[in-house]
Amino acid sequence: MIWVAILVGGVGCYALKLIGLSLPARLLDRPSVQRVADLLPVALLSALIAVQVLASGNALEVDARLVGLMAAVVALLLRAPFLVVVAVAAAAAALVRLL
Amino acid sequence: MTDQPEARRRAIVRDGVAVGVATGAYGISFGAIAVAAGLSVWQACATSLLMFTGASQFALVGVVASGGNPMSGTMTALLLGVRNSFYGVRLGPLLGWSGWRRAAAAHLVIDESTAMSVNQPTATDARTGFLSAGGSVFVLWNLATLVGAVAGESLGDLRTFGLDAAVGGAFLALLWPRLRDGISRGVGVVSAVVALALVPFTPIGFPVLAAAAVALVAGGATR
Repeated sequence: MIWVAILVGGVGCYALKLIGLSLPARLLDRPSVQRVADLLPVALLSALIAVQVLASGNALEVDARLVGLMAAVVALLLRAPFLVVVAVAAAAAALVRLL
Repeated sequence: MTDQPEARRRAIVRDGVAVGVATGAYGISFGAIAVAAGLSVWQACATSLLMFTGASQFALVGVVASGGNPMSGTMTALLLGVRNSFYGVRLGPLLGWSGWRRAAAAHLVIDESTAMSVNQPTATDARTGFLSAGGSVFVLWNLATLVGAVAGESLGDLRTFGLDAAVGGAFLALLWPRLRDGISRGVGVVSAVVALALVPFTPIGFPVLAAAAVALVAGGATR
């Protein structure tokens, strides 16, 4: 099942890139299309964060993951690079679990 | 004067490779997180090779990690991949490739290669920026995925190391630069609330897909 998900996702993501390269540029003339394109990643990433940090299956649960996310916020405010942010989030959650 | 274009070309290539090193490095975290989510090393590497667009890849493994149907992870990955279509629309006339060159270039259409080519003054410079950034990210991202996946596998019980929290951190780091204005921040908060409200009542993976509707409504309604 994971292999199917990877293959379909891979082919689909490539197709999305190729379709874009082949479309006429005037498509972007419509401002609402441009706005939806900008906001789509924001909406999806925000929802992914919320679910990743607060959901356990079909239940909502506050645990060490939230501490990890808050540590990531601090790292980002301090302009840490991507890898550092990820490592800080993991380390903070791991520390809480150890205590 | 004759070496001026050559000097400029070298400067663009140098910038492109620098972007590749910075971006490629975080492929390590993708590899480690993918293995922690339950993917094999080969599956992690295949994802980076075939999908080759970071946010979509993290979305797929994030849904798998939370116990969701992998296909709803694929749907989320595809929705995130839509932004690459819009990059392509801007890049198409700029790069001016057709046939097999366009087909090959398509795989390299990502955030970084777009950023390195849209601001170049000439088509030649745009192509140089696109290929140097896209090519170096591709090579390093895939190498780093392999390194991260192998290292992650040797760590054993990854949950205790906080790698599930690392997924949230990775998403946040990808989201952060996109929260430029009030509308973006509003859409972010509403999307998170909508997704959480749906968690108890819908299949795992669905709440994230439903959040796409927030972007559609906000993008269509705002002026």
